[in-house]
Amino acid sequence: MSGEQSRFRTFSRRAALLAGAQGLAATILGGRLYYLGVIEADRYETLAEDNRISIRLLAPARGEILDRFGARLATNRRDYRVFLIPEQARDMRGTLERLGRVITLDEGDLARIKRQISRQRAFLPVTVAEGLDWRDFARVNVEALRLPGVLPDAGLTRHYPLGPSVSQVVGYVGAPAADDLDGDPLLGLPGFKVGKRGIERAFDDALRGEAGTRQIEVNAYGRPLRELSRDEGKPGDNILLTLDGALQEAIASRLGEESAAVVVMDVVSGDIYAQVSTPSYDPNSFTRGISRENWQALLRDPRKPLLDKSLNGQYPPGSTVKMVVALAALHEGVISSDTTVHCTGEYRLGDNLWHCWKKGGHGRIALVDAIAQSCDVYFYRAAQELGIERLAAWAHRFGLGETYGIEIGGESAGLVPTPGWKLATSGRPWVGGETLNVGIGQGALLATPLQLAVMTARIANGGRQVVPHLVRQVGARPRPAPADWPDLGLARGHLAAIHRGMEKVLEYRGTAHASRLEVDGMRMAGKTGTAQVRRITKAQRDQEVEQSDLPWRERHHAWFVAYAPSNRPRYALSVLIEHGGGGSSAAAPVAHDVMEMVLRRDPARRPVAGSDRVADRGDGSTGGAR
Amino acid sequence: MSTRTLFAPRRLHKSLPQKLRDLNWLVLLALVALGGVGVAMLYSVGGASFDPWAKRHAIRFAVALLILVAIALVDIRTWLRLAYPAYLGALILLAAVEVIGVVGMGGQRWLDLGFMRLQPSEPMKIALVMALARYYHGLNAWQSSRLLHLFVPLLLIALPMILIARQPDLGTAVMLALGGVTVMFLGGAPKWLFIGGTVAGAAAVPVVWGVLHDYQKARILTFLDPEHDPLGAGYQIIQSKIALGSGGLFGKGFLAGTQSHLNFLPEMKTDFIFTVLGEEFGIIGGLAVIVLYLVPLFYGLYVAITCRNQFGRLLAAGLSFTIFLYVFINIAMVMGLVPVVGVPLPLISYGGSAMLTIMISFGLILSVAQHRKIAIPRNA
Repeated sequence: MSGEQSRFRTFSRRAALLAGAQGLAATILGGRLYYLGVIEADRYETLAEDNRISIRLLAPARGEILDRFGARLATNRRDYRVFLIPEQARDMRGTLERLGRVITLDEGDLARIKRQISRQRAFLPVTVAEGLDWRDFARVNVEALRLPGVLPDAGLTRHYPLGPSVSQVVGYVGAPAADDLDGDPLLGLPGFKVGKRGIERAFDDALRGEAGTRQIEVNAYGRPLRELSRDEGKPGDNILLTLDGALQEAIASRLGEESAAVVVMDVVSGDIYAQVSTPSYDPNSFTRGISRENWQALLRDPRKPLLDKSLNGQYPPGSTVKMVVALAALHEGVISSDTTVHCTGEYRLGDNLWHCWKKGGHGRIALVDAIAQSCDVYFYRAAQELGIERLAAWAHRFGLGETYGIEIGGESAGLVPTPGWKLATSGRPWVGGETLNVGIGQGALLATPLQLAVMTARIANGGRQVVPHLVRQVGARPRPAPADWPDLGLARGHLAAIHRGMEKVLEYRGTAHASRLEVDGMRMAGKTGTAQVRRITKAQRDQEVEQSDLPWRERHHAWFVAYAPSNRPRYALSVLIEHGGGGSSAAAPVAHDVMEMVLRRDPARRPVAGSDRVADRGDGSTGGAR
Repeated sequence: MSTRTLFAPRRLHKSLPQKLRDLNWLVLLALVALGGVGVAMLYSVGGASFDPWAKRHAIRFAVALLILVAIALVDIRTWLRLAYPAYLGALILLAAVEVIGVVGMGGQRWLDLGFMRLQPSEPMKIALVMALARYYHGLNAWQSSRLLHLFVPLLLIALPMILIARQPDLGTAVMLALGGVTVMFLGGAPKWLFIGGTVAGAAAVPVVWGVLHDYQKARILTFLDPEHDPLGAGYQIIQSKIALGSGGLFGKGFLAGTQSHLNFLPEMKTDFIFTVLGEEFGIIGGLAVIVLYLVPLFYGLYVAITCRNQFGRLLAAGLSFTIFLYVFINIAMVMGLVPVVGVPLPLISYGGSAMLTIMISFGLILSVAQHRKIAIPRNA
């Protein structure tokens, strides 16, 4: 065999082997291709779409909060702001420095930004600045092209046109805290705010709306290229309140810096026209995040601007409770409209002496005048004969010690003391003198301004248990209000006597004669109340210490409750002046001014916004000509 | 001489038109098709634009095609004579690049010749196969299997391999060595060498691991587990697999690849161009391209087996296998079958030097085909 042949044979054998290997390799490639493109195709298709499509949430416009006539109490304003995504910013210091040349960032801002960066995850945006004007915003936009991670954004921020005067009711919004996270992806959006207090919080779900989505095609660097689809989501529902914003604002400015509360409500429908607590705070300052110093100042203020005194301020009601005592005593047959008492200025029970506010007493006095002149001795007696249990039951019927499920929640219940309550809380038995104290609205008895407004409304409307409410309508859904309130079944004669007494409060010799009011023939009826903060010592009583000589914290709380028009009651109000001194001197003048505004505006008879119906005219009995 | 008696000399000289007619036009068609696929994919990668890549690719391909035909027409014996000088020239270039070369990306070095940038490892890919084929051409069967005659081939392989590995371009060095060893295998080197070599190679893995650069280790680790570091080293392979897989059977359509057009893919115009193709034309497109490669490559093996001279056999088979290796490694790489090595896809990837190498190789294969009936004495 020749060498050439042998060489050729070796070559052919080995070349065939190689050819086989190549064939095998090609088959492997084909198989792999098949595996990727057919067997695993679905998985990779999804991954490719995930790569390509970025789903961005669109924040829905937050619903507005409107007063009964459609005036905006909380609205949205276009706001130009700048976010920073720490993860994307290569040089944080340099970035902030360059931003600082375009917009003003003071030390406080920088500290806040740094604190936020260190606290949250690096891919979440940090708010650098909000509320920029158009010029600054345009300059930031130019700068942002060269600064990775800087995100200029034109969004909506919450604005409260009436500022502090409605903040206690409307509340405010703020960045979601850990316990606000409810799984709604919207909360992760930069700058997204949730309701923190008041209506904003109570109706957050309705106001928030539903997130829209935007599918955007992005490239490998995350730069959006085009929009594939867009779903605008659902804007939040508007909330229509029963409040009259203008009235609310006027009352707030009348109260000024006084630590006070006023509630005005409809005795027929229960609509709250005004619910003011002063001093208050500006809800707009919370929208951007309030500074630590301002927050501390609000917390430290002895007049407690953060406390809604109309719902949560609990004070002894003082003499304002006397109508309830009288009606209970009349109904239970303890007294009649003609029962008279001889007031010597003192009332003896056991070994103790109880004083009437009027030194020397009122002399012989009947029910109507006992109310008009607020004779304490008359009501000591009535209370004693009525007994605490019956008195407490009637107090509850008039709304004391009760909560009404006001929509913003968090009402305080006040306190109507009973022997059972005392035994349970202090372990000691009830003593007779305590009943006397309750009879003139002192002692352990506590009520909120809202409760006293409700009490007055129930007296004024003839004993129907009207329940107050703040919300008329949520979105397109009107809140159902019961047409007929439960009737307490009080005798007309009894009511007439009480009404007459309250009218006489504002007449000659009445405790609030100076604050008498008549608007277009409509008169106000009311009752003063002065609640002791400290027990009056004998020395003080003897010296006739003037309230204005005492430190603010030791002065009496001043109350006035009223309704009008006196012949056909529609509006009830309560005024509390914390440490105001006396009901007739401090609270009654305010009530006079407030009721005058109410009667002039007459909100009950003006058409409301948000529905075809004209204002609820009630049951007809109050809708007649005046 | 026995060779002369067994293979009777015949008049085998053909005229030029005859030679042109005898060129395998199916192979040329397949090559033009591959070049065309390259143009199309570079058009897509360029954002539906002939500039900057597709146009230049087309022009280069046209020039390279002319060179291919010219080479195919040159007598095989001329190439035989030029084998050692070519090797020497390529070796000098490799040495020169050590001294005056310009460092490019990923360690590859080139020489700036003024009119083009030359990667000296490219001519060496051909020159090494030529030199080894030349060497084995001069040995008889008995000599080929002797230990003594392993020295020269191993030296021929080792010299350029060391120079290229120093650049450092380990991938090219290994590919070069594989091509050279293939020629030795076909030339009749002893079987135990390959069996033993495989065993020794496996045993050497831990040693080699120790001398590898960090980025080389990273590539291998990434290959073994790309999801381990999805945003870092594994990113390329993951994105490439996503592109191929999401292309499905028929692809997303020309110019409609999302992975490629939105820049999720790396190195699209070079190493990962097959991925772009797979995404836009699906499995069908990918398989079609593989088949397009197999046509000239199996033709090369066919030529080798039917060739009457040892030089031609080894040259055709050696070059075919080398090119196949490139095709396989590239496609296997983008599909995550082998680690990422910087190997372009022949004729489709953008790049002048590499294209020229491939086209010259096919030119030589066609030259072998033209002259396969010629018997060449061992000691010609």
